Amino acid sequence: MRSDPADYEIVAPGNLQDVVMLMGDNPGALLPIAGGTDVMVQYAAGTLRARKLVNIWNLPDLRRVEVLAAEIQIGAGSTYTDLREHAVVKSEFPLLSRAASWIGGISNQNRGTLGGNIANASPAGDSLPALLAYGAELILVSVRGERRVAYRDFHKDYKKMDLAADELIRAICLAREFKPYISYTRKVGTRNAQAISKVCMAALGRMEHGVIADARIAVGSVAPVPLRLMETERVLNGKRLESSIALLARKTAAEEIRPIDDIRSTARYRSAVVGNLVAEFLERLGAPAAGHE
Amino acid sequence: MSDSVSQCEFSLRVNGVQTFVRACSMERLLDVLREKLGLTGTKEGCGEGECGACAVLMDGELVDSCLVPVVQAAGSSIVTIEGLAVDSRFRALRETFLEYGGAQCGICTPGMMLAAVNLLDKKPAPTMDDIREGLSGNLCRCTGYAQILEAVAEAARRGAAR
Amino acid sequence: MKSPATIGLSAQRKEGLGKVTGQARYVDDITLPDMLHGATVRSRIPRGKIKKIIFGRGIPWDEYVIVSAKDIPGKNYIALIENDQPCLADGVVNHPEEAILLLAHPDRHALPKAVAAVSIEYDRLPPVFTIEESERQSEIIWGTDNVFKRFLVQKGDVDAVWEKADHVVEGEYFTGAQEQLYIETNGMIAAFDAKKGVTVWGSLQCPFYVHKALMALFNLPEDKIRVVQTETGGGFGGKEEYPSMIAAHAALLAMKSGQPVKIIYDRLEDMAATTKRHPSRTRHRTAVSKDGKILGGEIDFTIDGGAYETLSPVVLSRGTIHAGGPYYWPSVRIRGKAVATTAPPHGAFRGFGAPQSLFAMERHMDRIAQVVGVTPVEIRRRNFLKQGQTTTTEQIVRDPIDLEKLFGRALELADYDAKKKRFAYENERGPKKKGMGLAAFLHGAGFTGSGERYLSSVVGVEGRADGGVRVVVSSTEIGQGTNTVLCQIAAETLCLPYEDVEIAQPDTMDVPNSGPTVASRTAMVVGKLVESAARGLEQTLVGCGMLAERHTAEEFRAACRNYVAARGTFRSLARYEPPSDVFWDDEHYRGEAYATFAWAVYVAEVTVDLTTYGVTVDDFVALQEVGKVLNPVLARGQITGGVAQGIGFALYERVEWRDGRMQNSQMTNYIMPTSADLPPIRVFFEELGNAHGAYGAKGIGELPMDGPAPAVVNAIEDALGVAFDSIPLLPENIFDAVTVDAQPQSR
Repeated sequence: MRSDPADYEIVAPGNLQDVVMLMGDNPGALLPIAGGTDVMVQYAAGTLRARKLVNIWNLPDLRRVEVLAAEIQIGAGSTYTDLREHAVVKSEFPLLSRAASWIGGISNQNRGTLGGNIANASPAGDSLPALLAYGAELILVSVRGERRVAYRDFHKDYKKMDLAADELIRAICLAREFKPYISYTRKVGTRNAQAISKVCMAALGRMEHGVIADARIAVGSVAPVPLRLMETERVLNGKRLESSIALLARKTAAEEIRPIDDIRSTARYRSAVVGNLVAEFLERLGAPAAGHE
Repeated sequence: MSDSVSQCEFSLRVNGVQTFVRACSMERLLDVLREKLGLTGTKEGCGEGECGACAVLMDGELVDSCLVPVVQAAGSSIVTIEGLAVDSRFRALRETFLEYGGAQCGICTPGMMLAAVNLLDKKPAPTMDDIREGLSGNLCRCTGYAQILEAVAEAARRGAAR
Repeated sequence: MKSPATIGLSAQRKEGLGKVTGQARYVDDITLPDMLHGATVRSRIPRGKIKKIIFGRGIPWDEYVIVSAKDIPGKNYIALIENDQPCLADGVVNHPEEAILLLAHPDRHALPKAVAAVSIEYDRLPPVFTIEESERQSEIIWGTDNVFKRFLVQKGDVDAVWEKADHVVEGEYFTGAQEQLYIETNGMIAAFDAKKGVTVWGSLQCPFYVHKALMALFNLPEDKIRVVQTETGGGFGGKEEYPSMIAAHAALLAMKSGQPVKIIYDRLEDMAATTKRHPSRTRHRTAVSKDGKILGGEIDFTIDGGAYETLSPVVLSRGTIHAGGPYYWPSVRIRGKAVATTAPPHGAFRGFGAPQSLFAMERHMDRIAQVVGVTPVEIRRRNFLKQGQTTTTEQIVRDPIDLEKLFGRALELADYDAKKKRFAYENERGPKKKGMGLAAFLHGAGFTGSGERYLSSVVGVEGRADGGVRVVVSSTEIGQGTNTVLCQIAAETLCLPYEDVEIAQPDTMDVPNSGPTVASRTAMVVGKLVESAARGLEQTLVGCGMLAERHTAEEFRAACRNYVAARGTFRSLARYEPPSDVFWDDEHYRGEAYATFAWAVYVAEVTVDLTTYGVTVDDFVALQEVGKVLNPVLARGQITGGVAQGIGFALYERVEWRDGRMQNSQMTNYIMPTSADLPPIRVFFEELGNAHGAYGAKGIGELPMDGPAPAVVNAIEDALGVAFDSIPLLPENIFDAVTVDAQPQSR
């Protein structure tokens, strides 16, 4: 343990409104800490720069899931276990509930939050491709009120977000329109459990009379930010599922991503695996009776 | 040296006992348990939430105590291995861990047993896959997991769950 | 609940209750009054001369105890074999993470910032990072030629076989460093008293190794150094020699401060700074007849020892002797070499050289099979050692071992033939390719050659006032079952219930030196001595007329109580006597290398998913002949645990080196298998007995480490038709290989 607790302070106002006000009074001076699965690791390693933190763990306004007619609003403080156990998330947003099940062991799932995964902005975040595929929108809150941003526009560059210094992610909104979609998601990690992802894909496809009506493919760990494979989707949409299209999609995907060599894997490998996962996704579209993964 | 932050009093329920500790808000629950409360059964294996040796129950949920700043545990109910040790409901689990060789060097054992208890609470009749998943956040270097999984399965058969 | 007492039954772990209730006390659970915490300032460069040490601003240095090499009262080295490893760097550092200064403070949180505030200026020296660079000798970093040790094993006339050979098969095989990854990191508490000397308590495998090291460091006699083992959370060899270093550090701080000092490494430090398995390179060149019989060959086995010699000669020895596997070599020349590189010294890790050379041998057998045109099964059948034949060191195989039969049984248990047929068919369709792989191997139990004679282990069994007995040994419990098995042996010998036998906490002040807890010797060698000492105890009571030769447990207890009441607690000692039929020629490296071998055949079933290039081990059969299984649950636990580590060695555990330093020194990035990554590991035993071991036991602790890696990699080759000769074998490596035309030798 390489940090001195005496050098840090966590303030705990106890409710969202007071947290927001506090952050408004001290923009950029307080690091929000929810489940601690990222912050506390940095703290133990002696690499946590922030000295003052504000506690947002288990705040009722953040840790809840509101089910509306057209969308669900997942509180940013919802844990992965909350997501795994929520009936609507499980049935209508399987990409997300699956991602929640492989984000770490049970103890990590009980503490890690969806908002934390987003705000930590690691391109390897396990839930992020699912959010991109579902076209999530974020509700951000500050003393200036709330604003809604499309999640696909949220990450600007590696660890740079459209989040003001005094802003907090309050909720993640997912439109309830994905029942007709076939879902596919796969994480390729360093091992079968408790693993950082090397490649993570979340994809949805809607078929109409043998034609791909809407393909949505998102990938993590292959760029400075989680990516929607727009070019690949363009190549697929409106086409019939044929081997030439599958080949073109694979090639486009490999070119669209910007993977790197890092401590966990190589760029070449990631490119190849993304191509393979796209192919696997297309196979899933071609055999809808198999259901989602 | 930078301005030291003053300590606060935190109130938490530990193994059924209402407890007050004086600590910095950022002190890890793991260290509060071990150093301030003398409950050394909970172990530090990695400090990064990877090995599960520090697992405890916080309001009935399995968490890695190395990742919990004490301010977040204030007002909650914590159960450690010391709490399990005297709970007759878990005698079957203690017995099977001994009979089946679930503990070798023993350092992962407290966390592993907490994970097992948490699993059996939620799934009193778990499959082997359930057990494997429930314990997948607890690393063991000695056993290769086989005898741990069997110990948990047998404990379930003996009605170890609440 | 009464547990069975006798050999062959699964007596419950002697110290188990403490472990399942959280009461067991590991070193970090212990606090002494006025205790300080210690930390280590380490080199951040690979190699260089220390020019200047600057204590940075912002730290109240007067609050800290600071120790440097100058504070060492005796010799500045950690006594082991060559004594070349400094306790604290003095003027020069030879590897990243080398210890330079020690700091202590009452508040453990005040240490990391102080360590970070020490800056050191160096005149850099050229580092040497690989075996190849070391061999080039363009920079000499150790001795005159960078070579710690060489061995030469020669049998028969190797030079004559090449002409007769129908095939000459060559191969080069690599294994990487592997971190022991005990879940309890290294830790020590030390106290110093001007009169009593040094006392240390900590996580360790070999109390008397630490004792010897501290004697030299402090220039104190035997009775002024006391080493006590605390409950140890795993060792696997990683706490064989390293604890001497951390004990020395804690003791120096205790001496300087006058207060007890505790040093506990966090995981980042433990992984980066302490020992790992020696990386290896093995080259085979084998003369084979057209019907697949080995005629002879040359084996070149080289290990990377890191910056100081430490235990490298002994690791080299075992790896060299095991390099020929369980096969008959009419002639062979094995050259073993341990070289220096600029890395923290590599050290003991379960298997100790054998997993490295056996990986190469078992991969090479599959290669030979291919060249000759027979199956991996057949090539082994044609070359297995038989009773009466000689090993590579010309040791006659006395065991009535039938490797052919063992092999056949393993194949049957694994359903090998049926699965091979099925996979050949199934592999045509889909991205998942399945394969089966074999490994046949042996592992010598106990110290090599004259090692056990040199150790001259002593064991004691005491009679107690309550009529029970206590085993006193320096052999440590590190999870493998020492306490349980040694108590079972004593109980069996004395016809007592297991519950009546205790075992002492290893404390050098209290226990005799039964040797280190390594080399798979505890059950076999130390256990045999416990048996002898127990008989001696019984004889004492019989001899003075208090006990009949044939007695009940109650009669024994009564006799013991009476004896103690009359004459005080008494201790029966037994000293190791080398067997008369074991001869070892240390100069020519020839003869009976080990008192006995354990034998094994492992079979792995894998799936390679060409979507992710990931490998899953679906089934694993581990069949071994281990003499006598003293405790089935413990024995099985050793095998499943060893197989798990072996699978990790093959597929997951990669040390990322940069400039001699481990980059991935956290559990997030150094990958060991979780419960979700391992197959059912099916364990089976055969028992032939062993005259030299307690109740017929052979060593089993390290055996399971030797087989899994080659079995798994052989299975992957079977699945893909691509040969891999380097481990760890990651999906990235498989991907690189299957996407180029030629067979790669990727590292």
